[in-house]
Amino acid sequence: MAKITYRHPRGTVTVVDVPAPNTVMRGAKLNDIDGIEAQCGGSAQCGTCHVYVDEDCGVVLPEMHEVEDDVLYGTASPRRANSRLSCQLPVSDALDGLVVDLPQAQS
Amino acid sequence: MGRPTVVVVGAGQAGAEAAVALRAQGYGGRVVLVGEESETPYQRPPLSKELLAAGGERVDCALYPASHYPDRDIELLSGERAEGIDREGRTLLLASGRELPYDALVLATGARPRALTVPGAGLAGVHTLRTLSDARDLRSRLYGARDLVVVGGGFIGLEVASAARTLGLDVAVVEVRDRLMGRSVSEPVSRHLAELHRRNGVRVLLAREVTAVHGEERRVREVELDGGERIAADVVVAGIGAVPNTEIAARAGLAVDDGILVDARLRTSDPAVLAIGDCARFPSRHGLGRHAPVRLESVQNAADQARAAATTVCDPEGGADYDAVPWFWTHQYGVRLQIAGLTAGHDRTVTVGDPAGGRFSVFCFRGERLLGVESVGRPADHAITRRLLAGSRHSLTPESVAAPGFDLKQQQLQSQPA
Repeated sequence: MAKITYRHPRGTVTVVDVPAPNTVMRGAKLNDIDGIEAQCGGSAQCGTCHVYVDEDCGVVLPEMHEVEDDVLYGTASPRRANSRLSCQLPVSDALDGLVVDLPQAQS
Repeated sequence: MGRPTVVVVGAGQAGAEAAVALRAQGYGGRVVLVGEESETPYQRPPLSKELLAAGGERVDCALYPASHYPDRDIELLSGERAEGIDREGRTLLLASGRELPYDALVLATGARPRALTVPGAGLAGVHTLRTLSDARDLRSRLYGARDLVVVGGGFIGLEVASAARTLGLDVAVVEVRDRLMGRSVSEPVSRHLAELHRRNGVRVLLAREVTAVHGEERRVREVELDGGERIAADVVVAGIGAVPNTEIAARAGLAVDDGILVDARLRTSDPAVLAIGDCARFPSRHGLGRHAPVRLESVQNAADQARAAATTVCDPEGGADYDAVPWFWTHQYGVRLQIAGLTAGHDRTVTVGDPAGGRFSVFCFRGERLLGVESVGRPADHAITRRLLAGSRHSLTPESVAAPGFDLKQQQLQSQPA
């Protein structure tokens, strides 16, 4: 279980408890959080679950796989140093307190 | 007067996502989702991949947990078959006798597998694959089987072949055309796939036709090919295309032509009735004919049209025409093939990358116009070209792509701040 904060570009902030086994993407989908599409269902294909991770939240994330890195080249909103695909972030206790910003657009 | 109501027919990915999208977009009326199958709506891509491979019994395909629908005041009617549409009375008629009045009706009836029609095709052990129940049946048949013959070298057939190899079966793929996935990809990608399958121990038979299926005690034993050759088979999977489920629309007098015909807002010839996903034929600026009607069987199309249909219902006058870039993917033996755009009808290809090393992209052009890009093990090319195809302007021509040093990823790296 992890408490995850999703911040919408229009200012809405949603804090939810996401149980394992899920991903940060799935946590958003299950809670109707607007701004995560995840068309491919979480197989790192489509780049429509793009998030910006708040680096001040103190959560250490798993390292980025080459495929995730490649997919991030095609995101609809600009890629930044803190860009991740939320489908590649499995929820565990270690993610408790994670804060992510949702991009302006996913597709 | 009852509450305004949207009824969605078909609880596949398109239908379920449409119901969810209506709520997400703020629709306050009744939302009823009618599905023929008893399962909670699920995703189809894993059915021909993870679900069949070793460990597949543990794969959960549900699109959302069952509670997702009641939590959003979506009435999910499972195991209910839609029988007819009374357009004048704006009522959907169910086989159970139930009647559902609607203000808007969304048809997401999907497609069904084309059946093998050769003699013996009705024997036990001859399968098609579309539903979760099909996949479970096939999986239990594959476990303990020795020889699989796949009829049809398209997406489904090749994914099943790949999954069956992980289970240790001997696999033959019989394709009537002279190359694999001939309807979907360019020649260089077809060639690569044939090599990939052969390297993984699959017998790939091209330009060959199955003429009969033979069995003993009503169970399949052999498949006969043109010329009389027989190959051993205790399971046969036919992946020879799909037929859109348009009957209910045709009976209601809606315009149908290999798909339910819709406009750019996904409305059928009756504006109170929309059609989305595998069953719909819609105008597309992508691919060969600009705004020629196309019908696509893909997750992308189902998900994007679901959201677009919800917008048409919620905001009939506003909203934009449906214009999403089509894209497709398949995984075989851990290799990912991704297709951006509609590449059929190309007359020039430019290959970039390292085909021998299994990482390359084929840029498909018609004249100077980029129709789409097929990427094997090059997800960055796929991601970037999908974005380029979504815009109205980009600078990719056969010449620029063929120029020495062309590399989309490098270009992107240089144009974006680190």
